[in-house]
Amino acid sequence: MTSAPPEDLFTLRRRPASDRLVDGGFRNLTIVLASFVAITLLAIFITVFQGAREAMREFGLTFITTSNWNPVDNEYGAFTAIYGTLVSSIMALVIAVPLGVGTAIFITENLIPLRWREVIGVMVELLAAIPSVVLGLWAIFVMEPFIRPFLQFLYDALGWLPFFNSPPQGPGMAPAIIILVVMVLPIITSISRDALNQVPNELRQGAYGVGSTRWVAILSVILPAAVSSIVGGVMLSLGRAMGETMAVTMIIGNSNNFSFSLLAPGNTIASMLANQFGEADGVQVSALLYAAVILMVLTFSVNIAAQWIIKKLSLKY
Amino acid sequence: MTTTFPASSKSLHFNPSLKRNRLDQFLTGLAGVFSTIAVLPLILVLLYVLIQGGRLISIGLFTQLPPAPGLDGGGIGNALIGTVVVTLIASMIAIPVGVGGGVYLAEYSSGGWFAQFIRVGNDILAGVPSIIAGIFVYGAIVATRVFFGQSYTAAAGGLALAVLMLPTVIKTTDEGLKLVPRELTWGAIGVGASKFVTVTRITLPSAFTPIATGVVLAIARAAGETAPLIFTALFSPFWPEGLFNPIATMSVLIFNFAIMPFEPQNELAWAASFVLVVMILAANLFARWLRRFASK
Repeated sequence: MTSAPPEDLFTLRRRPASDRLVDGGFRNLTIVLASFVAITLLAIFITVFQGAREAMREFGLTFITTSNWNPVDNEYGAFTAIYGTLVSSIMALVIAVPLGVGTAIFITENLIPLRWREVIGVMVELLAAIPSVVLGLWAIFVMEPFIRPFLQFLYDALGWLPFFNSPPQGPGMAPAIIILVVMVLPIITSISRDALNQVPNELRQGAYGVGSTRWVAILSVILPAAVSSIVGGVMLSLGRAMGETMAVTMIIGNSNNFSFSLLAPGNTIASMLANQFGEADGVQVSALLYAAVILMVLTFSVNIAAQWIIKKLSLKY
Repeated sequence: MTTTFPASSKSLHFNPSLKRNRLDQFLTGLAGVFSTIAVLPLILVLLYVLIQGGRLISIGLFTQLPPAPGLDGGGIGNALIGTVVVTLIASMIAIPVGVGGGVYLAEYSSGGWFAQFIRVGNDILAGVPSIIAGIFVYGAIVATRVFFGQSYTAAAGGLALAVLMLPTVIKTTDEGLKLVPRELTWGAIGVGASKFVTVTRITLPSAFTPIATGVVLAIARAAGETAPLIFTALFSPFWPEGLFNPIATMSVLIFNFAIMPFEPQNELAWAASFVLVVMILAANLFARWLRRFASK
């Protein structure tokens, strides 16, 4: 009655050993390649910390609070650079966040025809592609001479404030802040745009349905729904701004004399590294690496805070 | 029960002079102004680079060496080759490692602690400032002279750029592979393909365009980086002398020549910016075209 099926149809054929070897080998290879990320990260930490140990032992925490940087006497304090890093990046964000979020709203919320929205979106993304050294070149020869009269006006009118109490003399903190704005704007804009695009359409429809005007819907429904990703993106760009090197180095003036004035030359950790690391030796290298450790700690904590905000604060809708 | 509304104040017609509508128009205008300000830098930078750099474009620019400080003439030939060489080294390191790591994350990991660790580590690595990558390679390779006793080398510069490219390549590979429909993988496994064959013949080729887009963008970004190169590849006024000697690159040339007090050097910086920006924008537009091509 039942005829046995042809033998070879149901034979369980084992894969040859070579085949399994290739399979397992490829898997192990990808694991090794993936662990390169961890190895690189660890190696970066170890290299920088190792080099910074000497300066850490010698200067301790006074390194952070003092601002004399004197290679001749081997006395180092990075307060000017730390202050410059924080002030330049935070000021840049204060200017860039309204601009970036405003632009993102303008190109997601159907205020202008789709074609124009796409054009603006592409242009902002291309701005992100321009190398920072080219922006620095532009800042030296075009932007800084152009804004100097405005800075002079600020000095004349508001010179009694500690933030404007020195005459603008070319490179300085203010032009550096402006170039940082240009550099972080595309990041904030594109992250905010993605966040706004992900807000479910039902929320918009609901808001319009109960009779809110367009901007009431944007300000009290859509923006709050997207705020966690936007804040996360802002934190990410803060990390980017703190580590930004070339354009800032070219325009900030690289002075280690501490000054509250935004019109005076200043310094950031990254620009100090770019300027001095190549020619430094002995304790100065170690002091520079100590500054690099501080920069790394700053950017890491900001980046981790950004990840945390994106994960924890997202609105449940 | 019926309620009646006074017809005049509750008209259904749009009334632009209402306070809320005026506020709306004001805010729309404000957003428009902000967008204009956001786009303005791109237009201004491009304009100046095109005008200042474009008028210096000549055959000599691409075939000659940069002049000694203060002297006229010359070109950026060595820097152009150097940028290509250093970016190529970086790509040859970062693309295999990054694609392999991405394949592990997307295809082999089952969400365990190791994969989680690599993902978080990758995000942290992406946030490492580029100057730190330069310092790392300086400390690990330049100062220790591991390359045949040479200190500053093109290879070290390429390595520093690779550190910056790696996170982008891993992330785009990981995300590109996740977009491949699971049915394709199931189908391949179902007809008896091994995991290796499935990944290399089915999954990776289907994810080619998103990965290629990300890789092109990463290469474009690396070509414009300066900070990791200034104390790894350094600079050289001569033609490239192999991978284990200092090499000139366009980004470092722009940096060095922009801060020199000599007019001819500043002009060469503009010309190099022109070439660099055109290359990078072309790569970006190519990646954009690739993405659009894929979505059709």
